[in-house]
Amino acid sequence: MIVRWIVLCLLLFAAPARAELNIEITGAGEHQTPLSLVRFGGDPLIAQSLLEVVGSDLARTGLFRLVDPAGRLPHSVSEVRPAEWAGTETLLLGSIEEVDGGQLAVRFSLFDVVRNAELMAQVVTAKRPHLRAIAHRIADLVYERLTGSPGVFSTRIVYVNRDQGSFRLVVADSDGYGEQSLLTSKEPIISPAWSPDGRQIAYVSFERQRAMVYVQSIDSAQRRLLAEFPGSNSAPVWSPDGTRLALVLTRDGSSNLYLVGRDGQGLRRITRGYQIDTEPAFTADGQNLLFTSDRGGSPQIYRLSLADETVTRLTFESGSAFSPRVAPDGKGFVFSLFKEGVFYIAVQDFDGAQTQILTGGGWEKKPSFAPNGKMILFATEMSGRGILATVSSDGRVKQKMVAQRGDIREPMWGPFPK
Amino acid sequence: MKKLILAIFLVNFLVGCASNKPKEEAAAPVSNAAAAVDTSAADAQAAADAQAAAEAQTARQAVADEMAALQSKNSVYFPFDVDAVQAADRDTILLHAQFLAAHPSVTVRVAGNADERGSSEYNLALGQRRAENTKRALVLGGADAMQIETISFGEEKPRCNDHNEACWSQNRRADINYNAQ
Repeated sequence: MIVRWIVLCLLLFAAPARAELNIEITGAGEHQTPLSLVRFGGDPLIAQSLLEVVGSDLARTGLFRLVDPAGRLPHSVSEVRPAEWAGTETLLLGSIEEVDGGQLAVRFSLFDVVRNAELMAQVVTAKRPHLRAIAHRIADLVYERLTGSPGVFSTRIVYVNRDQGSFRLVVADSDGYGEQSLLTSKEPIISPAWSPDGRQIAYVSFERQRAMVYVQSIDSAQRRLLAEFPGSNSAPVWSPDGTRLALVLTRDGSSNLYLVGRDGQGLRRITRGYQIDTEPAFTADGQNLLFTSDRGGSPQIYRLSLADETVTRLTFESGSAFSPRVAPDGKGFVFSLFKEGVFYIAVQDFDGAQTQILTGGGWEKKPSFAPNGKMILFATEMSGRGILATVSSDGRVKQKMVAQRGDIREPMWGPFPK
Repeated sequence: MKKLILAIFLVNFLVGCASNKPKEEAAAPVSNAAAAVDTSAADAQAAADAQAAAEAQTARQAVADEMAALQSKNSVYFPFDVDAVQAADRDTILLHAQFLAAHPSVTVRVAGNADERGSSEYNLALGQRRAENTKRALVLGGADAMQIETISFGEEKPRCNDHNEACWSQNRRADINYNAQ
């Protein structure tokens, strides 16, 4: 058995440990892996907090059945007696050590009690205030080892919180903790979009009494106006390489798609005509834009090749289709489908073209993929309040995330941390 | 189809406007002032100035009153996912167009809105088109394009917040808002 110890240093910014979103989970994966999380050795309070976060991360996926260790407390692989662990398949165990200057070194192993084999062993270190970040990182590694896909527990989301006539642009951890306000305004904010490096948010603010596009740094809070042409400036989205943005301007008449450099230079018009073209989204290779257009009568999703500007219709729904976002693997896209008065979240492959509805319907809008492609975040409504929800990309596991105050709208899931 | 509805409406609209051309009234106080200079006596001059000022004030007040009256009926409404100005709003458009034609220094901002059935961005685009078509109707009614700015709030500033047609019909509109003089 080869044991590899890898030290990961997390350089993260302090975040208050307070949940702004309460999460409710329904449904379960097709196969749930039985998993026991054994309280780590070291300071019992820290160990308890750590395991609560890891457990809640893994439970939210619906892919694991958490089995109570029932008092057994092995802290290293040598202390595990597999015969004692009937009813579970995998153990997470480890120990926490406080090292110099308030650093925590968390050593953990994942152990397969069925095959009596260690699956992984690592050390994650970070300053003590970043305990949640350590826990998310451990959950990411466990998830990846057991499912084959990278975890997204260390990622962040952006959304708009509307409360009594006040609008806040908010970045938070994907579990709703660590909320950070980027902008508070009396006027609406819509369409926040992540830069591929996760450091900036482009968004539309009406603070000057019409829609203009701003780009703001998350860490420094510095921001600049990217587009303030006459009419509406909206729907910004970054290209995968981060060098330019697609956006929508009405300065030449109707809503058309444009490209602009990230410095605001080199504006290029992409579509022309009287129809509405909006909500551009780059394909994974950066060579095409998906967008919403009513050029065929009702709003539907189209794809435009940036090389020759040819346009292909992708959805042929009897209702309307809005807000496309391409899957991280580049094979398909998610969109909001409006049919007989109800909005659904739906996915479609680029080849095959069969639409699959993932949700039960409601005011379900603005879907975006988690960067591992396994979950979709969207806005919906519960008891008259705007909330966030997620659905697994196979439609089986659903979560609702309710804000403590006001409505949540216009979410987008951020990229993997760089 | 949307273009066709708009075209038919605008043709009717133009026919309706032809016999309704507003008269210029703004010059009246100026000619009174010119007449006052000829009397040449200082007192008479002062009295005339005061009278002219009072008349100008009255005229301004009249314009302000008229603007306030227009502002109270400043919305035009649209069917679902339609951006063409409707025949039902012909009188509203004509009143505003004639006022703008008679007062070239007055400017307005037309704000388009949409109900919540659509994405925020699609509705922003739809609201912008409703504002643009309202502007076109005002220009065809006699206003100058330079007097009119168009913006959209999409679904972001609903007048009514319920999920029903009674509410949505109020939110699918364009508002003609007079800028401060």
